[in-house]
Amino acid sequence: MDWDALWLSLRLGGLTVLALIPLAVAVGRFLAVRSFRGKAILEAAIALPLVLPPTVLGFYLLVAFGSGSWLGQAYERLVGHTLVFSFQGLLVASVIINIPFAVQPIQRAFEAIAPDLRDAAATCGMSWWRMVRRIELPLAWPGILTGMVLTFAHTLGEFGVVLMVGGSIPGETKTIAISIYDRVQAFDDVAAARMAALLLLISLVAIALSYALTQRIGRRHA
Amino acid sequence: MKVKLLCLAAALFGGLLLGMEAMVPAPAQDVPVVAAAADLQFALAEVAEAFTKETEREVTLTFGSSGNFFRQIQQGGPFQMFLSADEQFVFDLTAKGLTVDDGTLYAVGRIVIIAPHSSPLKADGSLADLKAALADGRMQKFAIANPAHTPYGRRAEEALRHLGLWDAIKDRLVLGENVSQAAQFATSSDTQGGIIAYSLALSPDMSKLGTYALIPDDWHEPLRQRMALIKGAGETARAFYAFMQSPNARAIMRRYGLALPGESS
Repeated sequence: MDWDALWLSLRLGGLTVLALIPLAVAVGRFLAVRSFRGKAILEAAIALPLVLPPTVLGFYLLVAFGSGSWLGQAYERLVGHTLVFSFQGLLVASVIINIPFAVQPIQRAFEAIAPDLRDAAATCGMSWWRMVRRIELPLAWPGILTGMVLTFAHTLGEFGVVLMVGGSIPGETKTIAISIYDRVQAFDDVAAARMAALLLLISLVAIALSYALTQRIGRRHA
Repeated sequence: MKVKLLCLAAALFGGLLLGMEAMVPAPAQDVPVVAAAADLQFALAEVAEAFTKETEREVTLTFGSSGNFFRQIQQGGPFQMFLSADEQFVFDLTAKGLTVDDGTLYAVGRIVIIAPHSSPLKADGSLADLKAALADGRMQKFAIANPAHTPYGRRAEEALRHLGLWDAIKDRLVLGENVSQAAQFATSSDTQGGIIAYSLALSPDMSKLGTYALIPDDWHEPLRQRMALIKGAGETARAFYAFMQSPNARAIMRRYGLALPGESS
């Protein structure tokens, strides 16, 4: 069992959720309540990582973040090492890949809130910020939670992009999914089986938890 | 109106797909799939081209890690010929009765140190500058193939251990999934260099990106590369196997640094 790799994956998942969810709540709510010219294009762009092969993303990340690009060079000057082949690079990649997994359930949740409710709150003199905090966020909470769990579980399972921009560095970019692949390649089926089973269990528990919580919250509001 | 337009677009798209399908020639009778180690990427493509020119037969090449192919062949992968970077894989398949015979040695591979043009590292075969760069901090990231499961990665590790550099460089290694990916990493200027297959460094595309130098072959175990026909191989695969041993193919292989003992590269 490669505990380093497991811990790395859990950290990557947790930090991706932390970095992405506030952004996803803002974008999801914006898309839910506003309609504007070009909205379809923006929504398509957000959904893109769902259908793009991970290799396409991996390729663009290599091009965009490599030390050949101005972005990569600027980052290197600022931080002292390249974004590619580093944990921070994986985090950036992971945030981008997970945008649809976080934004879409959150957007659906905000869309499900009746506009009347917002109008009523405004009529009662509630401030915008108070209305969002006291009415919208609690109602949208199941969607936000689903976004969090999906993002976390999907990060644990991400493989293609990590293989392309990671470089399998222990403690830095060697995630549990990569570690399983390494063990299979080295004909160490026992270790691979152990890690695969653990990953299966974690994913199942995460998804089940999200369903259970969503149901409970749903009942509370019904 | 909108619906009509949509229908038209769908019809056009469908027609386009069918047209593209028709442009692809119908599969010939006997086009075997040949599984080859990643270090053969450029050399074998040229050999296959020469083969097609001479015999008007075609082979489909697929490149990857030898270990992966070893596993896939055991599980009945649709390959008729296997060119491994490590002869042990061929011997193991032979022992399991999956190959026609125990095959033929087709090359003894060499490793090189390569550094991208922008790198502060000087690629010299003695690895003296690598040692200096590790000491003075010029060396941040160094790419090799994963030694846990690739022959070229193992040889790179052996050479680094031979010089006593392994412990110093271990934490700065970036590991390629196979030697091709290691070569991509080593020349990407996200690393300061790497150790890759000579055969890849000799390809025009790669030599544009950096400078390289051969590492003495007595610093590591020999990279004995062996090929074999898989049981059930058809006529074209057998012809390709024979062609691989012809002077014509040997000349191409030698040009890519894939010489046999006794051949000059």
